[in-house]
Amino acid sequence: MATDRDTDLLDRLRAGDEQAFGILVSRYHTALLALASGYVPSRAVAEEVVQDAWLGVLRGLGNFEGRSSFRTWLFRILVNRARSAGTLERRSVAVEDMEPVVDQSRFDAGGQWCAPPELWLEQLDDQAMAATMAVRVRLAIGELPARQREVVTLRDVEGLTSEEVCGVLEISAANQRVLLHRGRSKLRQVLETEFGRPG
Amino acid sequence: MIRLRGLRIGRRRDLVCRQVVELVTDYLEGALSPAQQRRFEAHLAGCPHCTEYLAQMRATISLSGMLTPDDLTPQMRAEFIEVYRRWQADDSQRDESD
Ligand SMILES: [Zn+2]
Repeated sequence: MATDRDTDLLDRLRAGDEQAFGILVSRYHTALLALASGYVPSRAVAEEVVQDAWLGVLRGLGNFEGRSSFRTWLFRILVNRARSAGTLERRSVAVEDMEPVVDQSRFDAGGQWCAPPELWLEQLDDQAMAATMAVRVRLAIGELPARQREVVTLRDVEGLTSEEVCGVLEISAANQRVLLHRGRSKLRQVLETEFGRPG
Repeated sequence: MIRLRGLRIGRRRDLVCRQVVELVTDYLEGALSPAQQRRFEAHLAGCPHCTEYLAQMRATISLSGMLTPDDLTPQMRAEFIEVYRRWQADDSQRDESD
């Protein structure tokens, strides 16, 4: 499936090839749905947002010059549609927290760990445990502040490069790193808490 | 020079754990200056806790990437094809009216 490059599929799409559209839609479906789900209250609405984004792609196809990668363009359309369809996020747009990413009580006065990270990496060797924790992480990503969630989803869930993420969200590289750092750090803490839970 | 919560990093001195955890992503992104990177790695070499912390951040990232694919249901596939056909119909109408 990955053998057809996006640009070839786009050429086929422009030539009226319905099958090419089907391939592109399935290729990006998981990613788009996951991204859309962060903005809207239900899966049904997320599916509508994804459809709407694809309609935007079809309508914009004539003007897409390929200066950005196709997926950067596609994700940007999705994010814009999802943001305007979203009802969940109005409150958290204003200020991202700038607290330290690790609870300061875990360090002594000299800045050394006094409550160091709990040890849980070995437990991830167990496939079933890893799968359970992946689900837990997915939930936690959904609870991140909007900007952090966007960056973590695009980078770590969908595997976009940092340049692509900056292009999709129209943010600077430095900003991207800050948001990514805050998001990832919270997810790590969620895992530590989860593994530390008795029983 | 980076200011981090009032602490200066970039001066020639050792990092402490509290600073290291704030630099993990910059480190993984290759965004530290060579001097910062040397200090970061020097700290890790002597600090098992921060080494563990970094490994946990890496594990967290790979768990995020492990999420299960949401395959298209046949119904959704049909809806998408419908979107496509509607668009094509509109498009050719527009072409004719031009
Ligand atoms: Zn340390």
